[in-house]
This record gives sequence, C-alpha cells and structure tokens, in this order.
Amino acid sequence: MTNVTMTVNGRTMSGQAEGRTLLSAFLREELRLTGTHIGCDTSQCGACVVHVDGKAVKSCTMLALEADGAQVTTIEGMAQADGSLGAIQQAFQDYHGLQCGFCTPGMVMSTAALLAENPKPTEAEVRHYLEGNICRCTGYHNIVRAVLAASGQDVPEPDFAAAQ
Amino acid sequence: MYPFDFAKPTSLADAVTALSQEEAQLLSGGQTLLPSMKQRLNAPAVLVSLTGIADLKGVTREGDVLVIGAATPHAQVALDAAPHYPALATLAGGIGDPAVRNRGTIGGSLANNDPSACYPAAALASGATIVTNTREIAADDFFDGMFGTLLHDEEIITAVRFPIPQKAGYAKFVQPASRFALTGAFVALYAEGARVAITGASEGGVYRWTEAEAALTESFSADALAGLAAPSDGMIADLHATPAYRAQLVAVMTRRAVTAAG
Repeated sequence: MTNVTMTVNGRTMSGQAEGRTLLSAFLREELRLTGTHIGCDTSQCGACVVHVDGKAVKSCTMLALEADGAQVTTIEGMAQADGSLGAIQQAFQDYHGLQCGFCTPGMVMSTAALLAENPKPTEAEVRHYLEGNICRCTGYHNIVRAVLAASGQDVPEPDFAAAQ
Repeated sequence: MYPFDFAKPTSLADAVTALSQEEAQLLSGGQTLLPSMKQRLNAPAVLVSLTGIADLKGVTREGDVLVIGAATPHAQVALDAAPHYPALATLAGGIGDPAVRNRGTIGGSLANNDPSACYPAAALASGATIVTNTREIAADDFFDGMFGTLLHDEEIITAVRFPIPQKAGYAKFVQPASRFALTGAFVALYAEGARVAITGASEGGVYRWTEAEAALTESFSADALAGLAAPSDGMIADLHATPAYRAQLVAVMTRRAVTAAG
C-alpha cells in the first residue's frame, strides 16, 4: 500500500492505495466520496467521469497512483458553497435531465468540461461531446436540453408533432 | 486486476531501468491496457508509467515535419496539430470520446497496433517515423500484423515524426459501441505521390491500398477512385461486419477521405 494525496474539490485528502487501485475505487472507498458512480467499469458508460487537473477522465480507467498530487474535482464539488445545487445540476433538475440518476454525476462532469472549452455549444455539439456518457432512461433529449440551459442559451421546446 | 508494482519514473533513463525488471510493462494513457488487465487478459508484475516524463509530451514543428511526443494525449494532438496537419488533428479528435482522448496517447496506440485503431492509419499513410529510445523505425516497417510491431520488450517509443503532406484526409465508419473504426481510411498527398492506409478492415492490421495510391497519384480526386473495388480476401469477419461489407467500406471511406482532403 502507498499513501496517496490529492486535492479533491479544493481539500487536501489522503488515503491508501495499491498499484491496482482505480481512481474511482479510491474516491469511493477510501475517501468516501460515493457520488462518483461505477456503472460498467469498462470505460464505456461515463458514470465515473471526474476532472483530473482540469481534464475530464473516466476514473475507472485511471490508477489512483496516477492521480497522486493532482487536483481532482468530483460531483461533490459541483454544488455551491452553501450546499445548494450548482448551475449545471440545477439545469438537470429543471429540465428533467435524469430519471434514475445513476449516470447523472458523469453527465454533469462531462457537461462542465464541455462548457469550459465551448461555453455556447450547439445541440449537435452537445450530443457529440456526450458520446462517452451513456444514459439508459431518458433517451438523452432532456439531458441535451439541460446542457443547453446550463450554457445560458434558449432551450428549444420539444416538437411532439414532429415526433409523431 | 491482479496486483502489480507501480513505478512512475521522471526520466527516460529511469523508465528503461524500471522496464528491465521481470514482467514489466509500459503504461501510457491506459485506455486499452487497464481494461485488458481488468479482464485478466494481461497481468504484468510491474507497470512503468510514462506520464511523469515531461520530455515525452508535446507537439512541435521542425520544418516540414510535425513531431509528436509519444505520451501526448489525443486531445492535445487534436488541438496543437490543427494549424500544421489538420487531418491528423481531426483523426485525434475523433478517437473514442472526450474523456478517453484526455488520457489515451499516440505512443500507446501505435505500440498496441489494434487492427481497428485510428493512429496506425495516419502513421502509415504519412510515411511517419517512429522514434524509440534506441532507433528510428519507418512506419512501413513498424507494423507487424494484428497487435504486432517491431518494438522489442524493453524499447520505448519517444516520439513520432510526421512529414506534413500537401493534402490529407481521414474518414472512418465508427463502430458505435467501441467508437473504434469499423473501417477507416487515411489518404495523404506528397510530392512523391499519394499514400492510402486502411485500418479496421484487414486481418493483418493496418495496410496500404496500393491500387488506390496509384489512382490518386495520377489524379487526387474522389472521381479517380470510381469503379475501384477492394478485394475482400483477408478482411476481418466478426459480428459487426462481413469481409465483403468491410471491402465495400474500404472503397467508400477512401473516397470520403479524399473528399475531406479537399
């Protein structure tokens, strides 16, 4: 076991990790930050996305030891200081961008990464960027609307007539 | 995953030393290696991370050659190669998904030589040079069948040198679950002629489609490829596509790549 220290959501946190300990497991089991979800554990689903040194990564496909000394942001760091929902989280609630909520931590973290590099994405750009985040409930439409809302843009109303 | 020792050297010399241990293996971005270790398809005793070696990262231009450090993630290549070699940047920006592109590296992709990976097509079509800690290997020689390369066990790719073409384009038909190329084509035009590399199609891994190269050297346009069909012999057969379907994709993707090259 090796002692690993990283700055998580602005706080210095330490724990023990083996070589094979994944960052996702370290965050959840050692630091007890269970907001990061492990969906597939095969780097397909994106439920485990966190930011490491400002870059979105799948924490199930990165070793904890690789993040030693890094700045890490998890879903727990996305709320406002008073504990109320951050802007992206609020948009997901307002636009019903989730049903079971399992994929939501990864969706929010990927959205934050998208808006950091592209503050006003088009709908197509949102869909393209979220290719690595799988949701089995919503059919994505409300997730995309939530992301557009979080970017401060007008959100198109769903076109039910066209859908029929 | 089976347990292993982890080493994160900060210099190439220390990495070479660490790699000389029994059953040691290099770890770059880990986007293929870690999943394969989880499935216990791979169980090294020591993992030697390359991510702590600053010299292995970055994109620099040396005249008509773009030099990419082996441990440069795809996302950085997508950004930094764009002004110099747009088709290469497009290819890098289309690998996997954004989170995978922030970790996966060009050196890891080339060393793994997955038969459906994107980078081998760019390296082969560009006539790139793979630079290691001990030698330089031409891309034409480097790839050695599915998942095979000329690399020795204790050899480390340090950089890849891409001659910048007059025109180039990449088109891939995405396998939507894995986001690998079901079949992809990279075309590049140089003063000496056109080069075409195909990935995702052949059981032998990435290869040059010489008939298309001849046609495109004559006239670099999608029309020059009209009627040119790729043989389906030796194409991959799996649940995603038959050999005949892949052969058809080879022709279609090559035409699209030429169109993308403009």
